Amino acid sequence: MTDLQFLTWVRGPGLGIAVGIFLLGVLWRLFEIYSLGRSKDLSAPRRTPGASGLHTVFRRSLPPPGMLKRSPVSYLGGYIFHIGLAIVVFGFAPHILLIRNLTGLSWPALPSQFVDLAAVVTMAAMAVMLADRVNKPAKRFLSTFEDWFTWAATFLPVLTGWMAVQHLLLPYTAMLALHILAVEILLIVLPFTKLFHAFTLFGSRWYNGKVNGHRGVPV
Amino acid sequence: MQGSLIDAFARQGVSRRSFLKYCATLASMMALPPVAGRAMAEAMAAARRPSVIWLPFQECTGCTESITRSHAPTIEGMIFDMISLDYQETLMAAAGHQAEDARLKAMRDNAGKYLLIVDGSIPLGRDGAYSCIGGRSNVEMLKEAAQGAAAVVAVGSCAAFGGIPRANPNPTGAVPVSDIVKDKPIVNIPGCPPIPVVMTGVLAHYLTFGSLPELDAKGRPKAFFGETIHDRCYRRPFYDQGKFAKTFDDEGARNGWCLFELGCKGPVTHNACATAKWNGGTSWPVESGHGCLGCSEPDFWDAGGFYKALSLPADPLGIAGAAAVAGAAVGVGIGFANRAKQGAAKSAHETTTLADLEK
Repeated sequence: MTDLQFLTWVRGPGLGIAVGIFLLGVLWRLFEIYSLGRSKDLSAPRRTPGASGLHTVFRRSLPPPGMLKRSPVSYLGGYIFHIGLAIVVFGFAPHILLIRNLTGLSWPALPSQFVDLAAVVTMAAMAVMLADRVNKPAKRFLSTFEDWFTWAATFLPVLTGWMAVQHLLLPYTAMLALHILAVEILLIVLPFTKLFHAFTLFGSRWYNGKVNGHRGVPV
Repeated sequence: MQGSLIDAFARQGVSRRSFLKYCATLASMMALPPVAGRAMAEAMAAARRPSVIWLPFQECTGCTESITRSHAPTIEGMIFDMISLDYQETLMAAAGHQAEDARLKAMRDNAGKYLLIVDGSIPLGRDGAYSCIGGRSNVEMLKEAAQGAAAVVAVGSCAAFGGIPRANPNPTGAVPVSDIVKDKPIVNIPGCPPIPVVMTGVLAHYLTFGSLPELDAKGRPKAFFGETIHDRCYRRPFYDQGKFAKTFDDEGARNGWCLFELGCKGPVTHNACATAKWNGGTSWPVESGHGCLGCSEPDFWDAGGFYKALSLPADPLGIAGAAAVAGAAVGVGIGFANRAKQGAAKSAHETTTLADLEK
């Protein structure tokens, strides 16, 4: 199989399979999770300012008092790499073209040099977070295979994409194919790992905020 | 025609100065050191014309058109006269048995020394019967001619990689030269058609150094195929700025912006079009407003559509709809199962334990 054949496969059948499994997994899990429900809380709600689903959705985006100082890497690194990922995924012209092709939505692209910078910063932040996870005994103790695996599944698409653009290690065609393959692996594992937080994040925050808000506790 | 190259040039009115200039240009195009130009000139001037046998198989003669006609008035055309082209069906005066005799004679007289040029793919289906010359199949002719060749030059994407005949579903069982000839050095000069100067560059290198130029993993001369169209494209700055032509007649197209969104395969295509250009340096596909088709890459016909941007799916996402429905069905099914479990637990007055919460 030549590089171009490999690329054509990952752009064709490979992408079809990955998107298929992704959609299957996402809809499966969304229906499963949101149909779980909870039995009705019959107690009278206690109203406290700041205790509601919506409040929690926003409050959880900010570190609780003192926490930023205690684990700056988790908060700052987390913010940097999530924003960096958003810039790279939604700001790079070829990505927007793909999104437009699949959904019809499009917006202006960011200059590729800026996206390049964002990719480097994202990878640096992710590397620092990985080192922190390895170095901090508590974090390491709490880490399971899934944590290491999802880190790699997220990191590899950025790394291979950046290397393709920079023409590093392999010819562009092969690296682009590897990049698309890495994204396909990410798509396939996303619904079935903790990466599914991309879909459930705000829902679960809302749920926690609402349950606790009913008891008058702002969380 | 006998005698050394420089004599032949002189007879054709080519001055020594313009010959040296040509050699220097070739040397620089092939990324050889400046002194190589002189070495090339000296070696080529003294060289005896090597015998060249050109075998056309499943091809459209576009390669011959490119290499001979379009550059006939230029010095590249002259170089072509300077080899002893002993068999070339399109160009030779002889026909029928005479032509076959000329080929056999050249093969006999120059055994082990002649250069074999092949254009077109070789069909293997039905014992090679899809393409025959003089009652003999292409594969048989190739094997025979390759035996006594010093080296084989596969000209054009068909000979190098199978090209159009090999496109899915490959009805004739077409294969490239490299699938059949295993024991001779092979240079692939792909392109549909290839750039004339690439061809003459390889010949000049062979005449000068007596060896073939450095090749990449796909057997292509690195000097010409070392970089992608995209990397050498004069429209590259627009790609980096995110300025793209969306159609072939919008403002972006008129402003000469990047053709990536219109399906340009420049980023994955290794060729010298952006630097060597075509028709004596006049222009090249991207300059004339059309994206690169990727014609010098293997299987470019089946690489997902000429007008589809590289970052788009090559095929429609066939199973996406079915997968979504299946996923939703599974989710709803499990949802109902969970509800039933909850209902049963409730009516049985089961309590929630710590272990349940750990689930």
